[in-house]
Amino acid sequence: MTKPLLKIEQVGKRFGGFVALDGISLTVAPGERLGLIGPNGSGKSTLVNCICGTLRNETGTVTFDGREMDGLAAHQRTILGLARSFQLPRPFHSMSVADNLRIPLLYAVKARSGSHVAKAEADERSLEYLRLVGLDHKAAKLPRDLTQVEMRKLELARAMAAEPKLLIADESMAGLSHSEIEDILKLLVRLNERGITIILIEHIMSAVMSFSQRLAVLVSGKKIADGKPDDVVRNPEVEKAYLG
Amino acid sequence: MRSRTFLLIVLAAAAAFFAFAQLVSNNYYFFAGYTVLQFIVLATAWNILGGYCGYVNFGSAAFFAVGAYTSVFLHKTYPLPIPLLIVAGGGIAGIVGLGMGYLTLRLRGSFFAIATLALAVVLQTLVVNWDYVGGSRGAYIIRPNTINVAGFEIPYIEYLFLLMLILTVVAIMVARTIERSRLGFGFATIRDDELAAEACGVPTLRLKLIATTLSGALMGMAGAPFPYYIGFLQPQSAFALEYAVNSIAMPMIGGTGSWIGPLIGAVLLGTIQQVATVTISSAVNVLIVGVLLVAFVIIAPNGIVGLVQNMMRRERR
Repeated sequence: MTKPLLKIEQVGKRFGGFVALDGISLTVAPGERLGLIGPNGSGKSTLVNCICGTLRNETGTVTFDGREMDGLAAHQRTILGLARSFQLPRPFHSMSVADNLRIPLLYAVKARSGSHVAKAEADERSLEYLRLVGLDHKAAKLPRDLTQVEMRKLELARAMAAEPKLLIADESMAGLSHSEIEDILKLLVRLNERGITIILIEHIMSAVMSFSQRLAVLVSGKKIADGKPDDVVRNPEVEKAYLG
Repeated sequence: MRSRTFLLIVLAAAAAFFAFAQLVSNNYYFFAGYTVLQFIVLATAWNILGGYCGYVNFGSAAFFAVGAYTSVFLHKTYPLPIPLLIVAGGGIAGIVGLGMGYLTLRLRGSFFAIATLALAVVLQTLVVNWDYVGGSRGAYIIRPNTINVAGFEIPYIEYLFLLMLILTVVAIMVARTIERSRLGFGFATIRDDELAAEACGVPTLRLKLIATTLSGALMGMAGAPFPYYIGFLQPQSAFALEYAVNSIAMPMIGGTGSWIGPLIGAVLLGTIQQVATVTISSAVNVLIVGVLLVAFVIIAPNGIVGLVQNMMRRERR
């Protein structure tokens, strides 16, 4: 069996008396496309934050690429190859679209390789990622000049520019039209074909079903199902969680 | 523009400025010019943390005073030439900046600003109770009337002016170099969105420590020659409100986004203050700053530089 790229074991997190994550265990294989679903407040974003180092899990361990991540800061995890996009796009407003992509290249990629990324090289690589998401014509614009779907693409492109092994896309399609969702899905599949493992967190079931090779379901901080998408959606516990 | 060309231009401007001041046979201009230059250094230093990183420091006077009192301490224990006192003052203030950064940088926004204010209060209390450097009574620094610089006997105030001019060039070069470097990009990500910066691999805590250290060191350097300038140093003058207020107001009025903003703000505000001191009273200085700051926050929140950039953008359209 292939060694998992990401291994989460018994991860727990509380906010005061509220249990956000209750002993979650999950593995993700290299190159896999995993869908993570659950109703609002089920702990999806908290789990992402614990994986990425934005929050510290109180119990359990997160192992990425054979290395225990507990105690590592968020930027160190990015340098090791774990990137995320945010639920609400968080661009660097004072920088151009191209400069937004230069940041992970200048920091994460440089720190990983230990070599200097020359300005010309950073420019070229950021333009390549912008081309991939179809934003190359907006390279010199400021984020405030972008539409909502373009902003989401920028968010994904910036995560890609960190050249990760694992990308966590947190509700990248919220609020988008059907054709825009298609756009983002095609982009994610393209990234996956480049060898990037992807965890997609999404509420839009049609998108999750068409994208995911495996589906995990969280409810009230617990994992209640994990398996092939068609099997998971027929699981009575999942049906109960979604339909009541 | 390349850094070397820029340095040559700045040095030429500084030399021309000094030569012009020499032509005016009135020492007052050196006294006034020193103060304006001192504020350029302070404003530029504040902008490294406040403008580039977005962390508002209300404790500028504390760093300035650390530099000034380092000079007083060394003047009494082991007198050194002022250039070495500037290095020592900058070093100690840099260490204080690093310590402050380490203790407070997990705080953000107004909490950080209040913590820096608290630092100034704590340091002032320490100095007031430290007899060796004069305590609340203050300390006299007797300076000679003239000094020999490279074979020329010049008035001491001209020497201090020259040192502050060199320090101004250093501060501007440091700020400009940061702005155009990877470090400057990192600082900007902290100002824009710290969470996103971490997600992009930016070591935000380390960068903030670099900013507090650099900013503190430059403020300490600005304060180191101050006892020789004023002749009598007491806590009320070293920790004066005007240093904290001007350090914030000058970059805000000039524009916090680039090195030129604090320079414009300090020259403009510093000159107005000097004119007001002579024509009205030094008591109106803080009032002038207050009125201008309120006006700029309403009319041009991005300062003079932002205002000009907006006008140019509109014209291009």
